[in-house]
Amino acid sequence: MSLLEIGKLEDIPKLGSRVVRTAQGDIAVFRNSDDEVFALLDICPHKAGPLSQGIVCEHTVTCPLHNWNIDMRSGAACAPDEGKTTAYEVTSKAGVLFLKLPDGAEKVSKPTQTVGS
Amino acid sequence: MKEKLVMVGNGMAGVRAIEELLKVAPEQYDITIFGSEPYANYNRILLSPVLTGEMALEDIMLNDVDWYKDNGIDLHLNKKVVDIDRRGREVIDEDGQRIPYDRLLIATGSNPFIIPVPGHELEGVIAYRDIADVNYMLDSAKKYKNAVVIGGGLLGLEAANGLKERGMQVTIVHLLDTLMERQLDKASGALLQRSLQDRGLNFLMGVQTESIIGDERVEGVRFADGSEIEADIVVMAVGIRPNIELAQKVGIHCERGIIVNDTMQTYDPRIYAVGECLQHRGATYGLVAPLFEQAKVCANHLAQLGHARYEGSTTSTKLKVTGIDLFSAGDFTGDESTEDIVFQDPTAGVYKKVVLKENKILGAVLYGDTVDGAWYFDLMRNGTDVSDFRESLLFGQAHIGDAGHGETNAAAALPDSAEICGCNGVVKGDIVNAIREKGLFTLDDVRAHTKASSSCGSCTGLVEQILASVVGDYSETPKKKAMCQCTDFTHDEVRKAIVENELKTIPDVMAKMAWKTANGCASCRPALNYYLICAWPGEWDDYQSRFINERAHANIQKDGTYSVVPRIWGGVTNPAELRAIADVADKYNIPTVKITGGQRIDLLGVKKEDLPKVWGDLSRAGFVSGHAYAKGLRTVKTCVGKEWCRFGTQDSTTMGIDLEKMTWGAWAPHKIKLAVSGCPRNCAEATIKDFGVVAVDSGWELHVGGNGGIKVRATDFLCKVVTEAEVLEYCAAFLQLYREEAHYLERTAPWIERVGLSRVKELVVDDEAGRKALAQRFLASQRHMQDDPWKQRAEGACKNEFEPLTAIA
Repeated sequence: MSLLEIGKLEDIPKLGSRVVRTAQGDIAVFRNSDDEVFALLDICPHKAGPLSQGIVCEHTVTCPLHNWNIDMRSGAACAPDEGKTTAYEVTSKAGVLFLKLPDGAEKVSKPTQTVGS
Repeated sequence: MKEKLVMVGNGMAGVRAIEELLKVAPEQYDITIFGSEPYANYNRILLSPVLTGEMALEDIMLNDVDWYKDNGIDLHLNKKVVDIDRRGREVIDEDGQRIPYDRLLIATGSNPFIIPVPGHELEGVIAYRDIADVNYMLDSAKKYKNAVVIGGGLLGLEAANGLKERGMQVTIVHLLDTLMERQLDKASGALLQRSLQDRGLNFLMGVQTESIIGDERVEGVRFADGSEIEADIVVMAVGIRPNIELAQKVGIHCERGIIVNDTMQTYDPRIYAVGECLQHRGATYGLVAPLFEQAKVCANHLAQLGHARYEGSTTSTKLKVTGIDLFSAGDFTGDESTEDIVFQDPTAGVYKKVVLKENKILGAVLYGDTVDGAWYFDLMRNGTDVSDFRESLLFGQAHIGDAGHGETNAAAALPDSAEICGCNGVVKGDIVNAIREKGLFTLDDVRAHTKASSSCGSCTGLVEQILASVVGDYSETPKKKAMCQCTDFTHDEVRKAIVENELKTIPDVMAKMAWKTANGCASCRPALNYYLICAWPGEWDDYQSRFINERAHANIQKDGTYSVVPRIWGGVTNPAELRAIADVADKYNIPTVKITGGQRIDLLGVKKEDLPKVWGDLSRAGFVSGHAYAKGLRTVKTCVGKEWCRFGTQDSTTMGIDLEKMTWGAWAPHKIKLAVSGCPRNCAEATIKDFGVVAVDSGWELHVGGNGGIKVRATDFLCKVVTEAEVLEYCAAFLQLYREEAHYLERTAPWIERVGLSRVKELVVDDEAGRKALAQRFLASQRHMQDDPWKQRAEGACKNEFEPLTAIA
């Protein structure tokens, strides 16, 4: 396990999400209206939709492709749908976010893409 | 210490109330249940299939004994409650045991009515109400030959059919001339009687039973006219009476049933009642759907949530005799003030009758083809004015533009492999299995578990038929349709409140209207956001409540990439624009370039972080967003018109470009497509657009409410105008009316079908001042909508949307 700094709470919009690129795939980091932060593998258990693009309400995110609701705390699909995506632990210390990742993905680098040319 | 809840009765309505209670407040009560039958909770509606042999007893069990155990419920089967000590708050069972309660729920159901003719107590005379009756009938069918069923209603016919299937000679005795006279009119009753006769049932109509003959055991039935028939078993199925014995004994106010208020409380507020035993606002109920609704309200109140009320139900009926399709609802007899629309095809065995009053449906009877039952029921409970389509009303929903379910209209006869829901690829077998294995009851349940009927909805009638054939009739009861599960308010109520109370933010709306969830859900948030944008243009927009396509200003694809469609005004382009698009496709390695159906070019497979750069390049070449992702104005399709075409009567291309310049950027409840054709040959397909313009020599014809989507619908003719300026004004007014009145995600076609073309004409065509005001409001709103979102983002707006937070190598 390694604890990685990924950015600040304020970088994620309330009721929104941002993506962290990793070697194992994108991880979606969500922030709800109570400033709780959650991290899920950015792949819906249904048809692999990008959960980071969904609408966030309380503890669930709705996949933009077919409206599955995923519990952001566990990564599990809400009933009656069945399935689970990986949930990661994310903590906030003085507004700075840390992601706990399984080993093999330590090095943090700047975003490779910039926007606004 | 937990409060004590005691329930007297262990039937479907009561147990449903307990289930609902456990859902919302699992820890609130210690629960004790008394049931007078030796069985746990079973589906009484399905006794008929058990009688015929289509199902076994275990197939109809809803909650087995383990369910009670798992939920910590103290279950007393085969035990009657004989008294209630209301002052001491205790129930007393037949053994004299006293059980204390804090809240008591009476769900004693109903008793079959036994006509007190001489001989009614003879051995062999039974009712048709519970498993014991079914077992008795099955036993009799093995030993005896002749059965007489007294009562030609729903229950009597099902009993008769079952006994016949079990090999008995069955005669149905009915007091009146028409079978099921409470659900059928004369004509459909006659059709039903004929097909039951064809199956081998005998009928004695219009006869009154005088006595039942026999010494110890029944031997025959004698009628008022002196005639007699032989009988080895007599089933009395002449009706049910609410079982109010216990309630009456302990002084709880009863009339025909136990009187309850809108929260299902009796006159003793600690004592509730649900199900067939109660009387609410003068009505008693025997069908399951209203009982389940009562159960839900009761549970809500027991859980001290207190926001649900029962306001009564209207019900519909289906007969559960395999192979006979029958539906009825509401008042189908009518009187001098009503009109009947009737369709009758005796050879095909189809009969349909709809009763109208002032162009609204009062009731309907369908025989032989019931697929549109749910649709009529819906029109009835919504009070929809059907004047605009009454000539095709009886041909069904399919004939007002729905190409959904095609020729299929009898789900019961379909094989398991038949595809029911084309959108989600769900076959009949999937639905049947899910209903059986997961214990589903309602259309919503089936939608949630199988996804059938959850997308375009055109198979809803079929799904309801399957549901009815597997678990019986659970059709939804009429109630206003809430926006989503976060609120009990309808779309219309929410929109009205936003304007009247000047609510300007989503949190304001949610607070004022007591939303049940903290942040709403993915269904209501985009709707609220749109309603606020429409009501207060320029004042409100919540980014996080937009669906992703409108947040990213591009269309999300199945692999998470996006598509980019630049606006090509009226479909007219030039070599420079085409080169710019080609350059962008090259530069960003865009894998697919496709011509769209709306005369534009689609760049597919763009990575999200490339979007602002792609837009920057397109913007510099003069393009703006095509809003191909938006619930809003998409395209204006045109033909070449009189500039080139030898048939062209007007300059349709310029008209189209002018319309697009006026309307682009407009947000709406759903997507809007326009088209302008230069002559009635209509090459731009204007008559399947939301707003279509067809040029004629003397001016322009305006058509509205068409689409080529799930339900292909040709437009309705709105009016004819002379000048280009009028085309623009009528278009703006029409779109604004749609923007202000339609429900979110309702296209113009279903909106017009809901509110009626007459109303649209009245407001847009007849009322000149109103039209101009609508058009003004549209143009005022457009002042906030026509900043190109692509250019803003290419220049750095909303950067967070497109950049990853970070990357870990």
